[in-house]
Amino acid sequence: MTNTDNPYGGLAEDDAHAGDQWAFGTGFTAALAGVDTALPVGIDQDDLALYCQMLGDDALVAAQRLIQWSTAAPELEEEMALANIALDLLGQARLLLARAGQVDGSGRDEDAFAYLRDAREFRNVCLAETPNGDFAHAVVRLLVLSAWRLALFTRLADTADPVLAAVAAKGSKELAYHREYAVRWTLRLGDGTPESRDRMTAALDQVWPLTGELFATHPVEARLADQGAAVDPAGVRAEVGEVVARVLVAATLEVPPAVPVPEPTGRAGLHGPELAAMLHEMQSVARAHPEATW
Amino acid sequence: MVTDGLDRARRAAETVTDPELPMLTLADLGILREVATEEDGTVTVAITPTYSGCPALVEMRADVRRALHNAGYPRVQVRTVLAPPWSTDWITEEGRRKLTEHGISPPGPAPARVSGPVPLDLAPSRRAVRCPRCAASDTEELSRFGATSCRALWRCRVCREPFEHVKEI
Repeated sequence: MTNTDNPYGGLAEDDAHAGDQWAFGTGFTAALAGVDTALPVGIDQDDLALYCQMLGDDALVAAQRLIQWSTAAPELEEEMALANIALDLLGQARLLLARAGQVDGSGRDEDAFAYLRDAREFRNVCLAETPNGDFAHAVVRLLVLSAWRLALFTRLADTADPVLAAVAAKGSKELAYHREYAVRWTLRLGDGTPESRDRMTAALDQVWPLTGELFATHPVEARLADQGAAVDPAGVRAEVGEVVARVLVAATLEVPPAVPVPEPTGRAGLHGPELAAMLHEMQSVARAHPEATW
Repeated sequence: MVTDGLDRARRAAETVTDPELPMLTLADLGILREVATEEDGTVTVAITPTYSGCPALVEMRADVRRALHNAGYPRVQVRTVLAPPWSTDWITEEGRRKLTEHGISPPGPAPARVSGPVPLDLAPSRRAVRCPRCAASDTEELSRFGATSCRALWRCRVCREPFEHVKEI
């Protein structure tokens, strides 16, 4: 039945899930609706929930930064590309945050995680949250983040939690495509004009110091990795370093020396002020109208 | 009886079309993974998303439920299965034919995935994509991403028409 009074009626699911609708996910049911969500036996649930949150927050925050390129990218094609990549990441974030809310027993849904947490409760790596720069910065950050996340996800495909394993197996295909996009642009801009090369060099200078944290092991990751329920990020450093170095060399760019691995910062909830500013904007409508539907 | 019912339920589910590629059914796309009937008459349908962020999945779930209701099945459960992940290799021959007929180039074989790191390819992409309008193979990629997650933008150098190509995943 078409509801002629409400133009958005046709967007919404028609029956049992009507109560799930939020203004901010119109027509979306919970990301894991209809998915077999049995919990893995013998894995600490609080740890697993936090781990899902870490991987979900990386994707959510990176997606939000990519979405900020809408109407600002150099060309329409690149705007569509960045928005598509953001959509894939947002899909991964929805599944992972919904999973976190199931595993920790709180029953929080993806929207509660996205809109009702403050910056200090976010567990993303800081590289994902730093403000956008120019297009070269977007390319370099995407290259590093997609290579890193792809290395994690390919290893997570046989992890102990079947939901996390399925999200990772599916996400790997998407991330491989994102990495390919970033590789093409790195080659083109690095080995391009003096201007594009300068921009890429400057972008590397900005992004590189933040790459150490990608390989820092949080205690939750260490405990779960021992049980085959997570990937210790320290273990992907060689692979990611080699992939990125090969791309930079092919792009005639200088490969910066590896930076020291700090104690986990973003993973521990310690962020720069820019994350709070970004969340303020992202969450403002949801927080002003917590019960809103349309 | 149960088998008859199952065939009918399957046919009803198979007729549901994709919201973003309405020339294709969910069966053509390989999204429909399973249709089963329970003793109590409940029909269980399993579908899988194309991409993690595919916004069409909600529509599909509702459309499947509606199609089965209309076919006389009041009790319907739509399950989402995430594993194994969808591949464009699951698009049927019929689906590929319909895509071409509607000016969309069907995907080639998906990249083979073995376990371990995904190989890094630094060479320019050499996908052989045929123009869905004039069948020429002299085509070029305009943009790796298109109007939806599953499509890229291409152009034919012979008939000069732009067209969409379903990305291999």
